This record gives sequence, structure tokens and C-alpha cells, in this order.
Amino acid sequence: MFSNFDFDVIARSLPYLFLDGMTFTLTLTAMATAIGIVVGTLLALMRLSSIVPLSLFAAGYVNLMRSVPLVLMIFWFYFLVPYIGQWITGASSPIRVGAFMSSLVTFTLFEAAFFAEIMRAGIQSIPRGQVEAAQALGMPYLTTMSYIVLPQAFRNMVPVLLTQTIILFQDTSLVYVISVTDFLGAASKIAQRDGRLVEMYLFAAVVYFVISLVASYGVRMLQRRIAIIR
Amino acid sequence: MNYNWNWSIFWQVSPDGAHTYFQTLLLGTGWTLATAFSAWIIALIVGSLVGVMRTMPFPWLTRLANVYIELFRNIPLLVQMFLWYFVLPEVVPQAVGIWLKQLPNASFYTAVVALGFYTSARVAEQVRAGITSLSRGQRYAGLALGLTLPQTYRYVLLPMAYRIILPPLTSEFLNIIKNSSVALTIGLLELTARARAMQEFSFQVFEAFTVATIIYIVINIIITAAMRQVERGVAVPGYLGAQPTRRVRWRLRHV
Repeated sequence: MFSNFDFDVIARSLPYLFLDGMTFTLTLTAMATAIGIVVGTLLALMRLSSIVPLSLFAAGYVNLMRSVPLVLMIFWFYFLVPYIGQWITGASSPIRVGAFMSSLVTFTLFEAAFFAEIMRAGIQSIPRGQVEAAQALGMPYLTTMSYIVLPQAFRNMVPVLLTQTIILFQDTSLVYVISVTDFLGAASKIAQRDGRLVEMYLFAAVVYFVISLVASYGVRMLQRRIAIIR
Repeated sequence: MNYNWNWSIFWQVSPDGAHTYFQTLLLGTGWTLATAFSAWIIALIVGSLVGVMRTMPFPWLTRLANVYIELFRNIPLLVQMFLWYFVLPEVVPQAVGIWLKQLPNASFYTAVVALGFYTSARVAEQVRAGITSLSRGQRYAGLALGLTLPQTYRYVLLPMAYRIILPPLTSEFLNIIKNSSVALTIGLLELTARARAMQEFSFQVFEAFTVATIIYIVINIIITAAMRQVERGVAVPGYLGAQPTRRVRWRLRHV
């Protein structure tokens, strides 16, 4: 079965696969996670706030994102971001947006909904008495949140947030549908150019598998260490 | 925003000459549901087997099940689909490979198999969690009463475990519907693919995506509501979760 395998095609395309493809994938994952957690935390605070319009908006947003497939969302934002850009900059026609920017907006806004749910659980895991104690000491809302609640909530949720990041890392492969050269996109381009689909897709699967497995093992180790400290 | 909205586009005939654009979206919805339901059968059967294997008192079986779960969880669904669709026909014996490539509706069968096995790893995790959440005494009690191990699973552990994991299974089922959209990459004309095709032919991007989004949300709402009914129908009174429906309560009072 491996007799007519051409492993050379993998070796030849390694620089392209990793310098172009994997760099894109990892940058997208890291930036979407960082911004997504910030936006997600804001959404979680909105959802838990006593101001009804805010909590309704956040709940609606999260439920919308969770009931629509990511592929459809990628298409949505691919066509929508130029119009949003036009609206923000006040340009006369929809602005041109690069593949990276479009993907980043999509994944940030999509994953923010999932990070919001995680942060909401984290915030709710902090005993109510701590918030009341802070208020009794005269702390305003923002101080209570940023010094008392959020640091603990974030710390409790670090393993879950990281697991979600691994899922995000795997999900970034879906930018394939808008022909972006991420790791899978690069592998797919080589596969079609050289007619080596078997080798390239197997190699891509192995790379994704190893990275995700090592990362999830790391998360498990971290979880155990955090558990001891607490 | 200088975008020309044109909602009447849905009643115009699509390039296939026979259906309106709206009908093509409905056809896509049909394929989405057919794919999701068929894949769910595989996911449920294989996932239950693997999940049960992980809780068996045989270390090598547990290890085998763990390898299975890690394998299917750590490769992106899109890559798995490509493996089933492009790689599998090349690495099996030639005659089988040719048969696979010539199958009518090959992308549908591939999508079902890929989605089914991908989701089975997740279902297995839930099944295992459900079984391990039961107190160990239930297993011991079953065995002490003289039930064999399969009987203990069949009559004692699994009936409770499935009830416990019904809510997470529901969200896995909602996931399988959403994930079926990934199959557009191997040419399955499901809902998202039809919306995309409509956008390409009619240039009415946002109308197409809006209606597709609404259809997904409606499917979501219907299934969530239906599963809540199921949860209530199978709930064990006084144990956990949803309250049984009035009819079940009536029946219980009159046994």
C-alpha cells in the first residue's frame, strides 16, 4: 500500500506548508483566541448584567452563533466584512478586505460566543458573597469585576478556555471554503498541483493530530497542577 | 450600505430550470437532515460501543477505546472528510477503490460515514461519563444478584446512563446538523452549499444567507423542543432531570 507513495513531495513542500500555511493557522488561532476571550468576557458580563437590553442582546448573540454552522458564518462574514468596513470608514464603496482580516473577524466573533459561555460559567462559579463583600466595602462594579471576580473566574476556566482553543485550532481548517492558504489549504494546493492527494492529506492529518494531542495532554497536566494549588 | 435587497429572488427559477431558489434551499435542507440523521445512527451505535468499552473491567479494551477516541477527536472534521473521500479509495484494493469512486451519491455516503465516526468519539465520551457518574454500587449490586456483565449493562447501568446523558446527546445531535455543512467541501449539496450556489448565480448574497440562517435556527428550535419532550417522557420520577409529563405521571399512579 505504501509502495507507490511519494514521500518526497512532503519533504519538498515542507517550507511552504509550515512557513506559509502553519504560520497562518497559528497566527489566526492565537489572535482569534486573544480577542475572542476579551469580547467573550464582555458578552458574559453583559449577559449577567441586570440591564435587560444588554443581557437580551448578549443572549441573542450567543444563541445565534451557537445555532448556525461555522461554514455558513465564514461565508456570511466573507461577504459582510467589506460592507462593515465601508460603514466604519465611511468609504463610498465596500472596501477590499484581505483573507486574513476576514477570517480573523469571523473566528473572533464566532468563538467569542463560546468563550462567553465559558466565562459566564466561570463568573457564576465565584461565590456570590465575594461580590457582596466587595460592594459592602464600597467598591464600584468595574473594580469588583476586574479585581475580585474576573481574575478568579479566568483562572478557574483556564483549562476549559485552552480546550476551546484546541477546537478553534482545528476549526480554522474550515477557511478552506474561502480558498485561504492555511495549513490545510497549503497541503491541498500542493496535493492538487502534484496529484498527490493521498500523501498530502495523510500528512496534514498526522500534523493536526500530533499538535492537538500534545496540546490536550498539556492542558490535562496544567489542570492537575492548578488543582493542587487550589 | 449600497446593497440592493431583492427578496422576490426566492420565487425566481434557479439555473437548474425546474425549481425556484426557495425550493433549492428546501432541497438542501432535506439533504442536511438526511445526512445528519443517517450519521447520527452510526454515531450512536459506534459511540455507545466504544463508550461501554471504556468502562469495562479489561485494561486492553479501555486502551483500545481511548486510542479510538483520541484519533477521531484530534483530527479536524474537514481533514477526516478528505481522508474518507480522497484517500480511502486509493489505499484499499483497486477493485474496491473503483467501486467506491463510482458509487452514485458518493459524497452523501462519505459525509454520513465521516460525520458518523467523527461524532461517535464524542458520543463515546458522553456514554462513558454517564456510566461512570452512576455509583459503583449499582454495578456491584447487579453482579452480586447473579446478572452477567452484559446483563448488568443492559438492565442496570445503561438505562440510567442514557437518561443522564440525554441533554448532552441533544447538543451533540444539534452539532451533527451544523457539522453536516462541512460536507459541501466534498460536493454534497446540503443547505449551506445551496445558499452558496444561490449567491453565486443570483448575486443576492445576504438574502440567501439570511434564509439559510433562519432555517438552521428553526431546525434547532424544533429539535430542542422535541428532545425536551423526550427527556420528560423517559424521566424516572424522583430521580433527576426533567419532570415526567402528566400522562406518564397518571400512568405511574395507576400501575
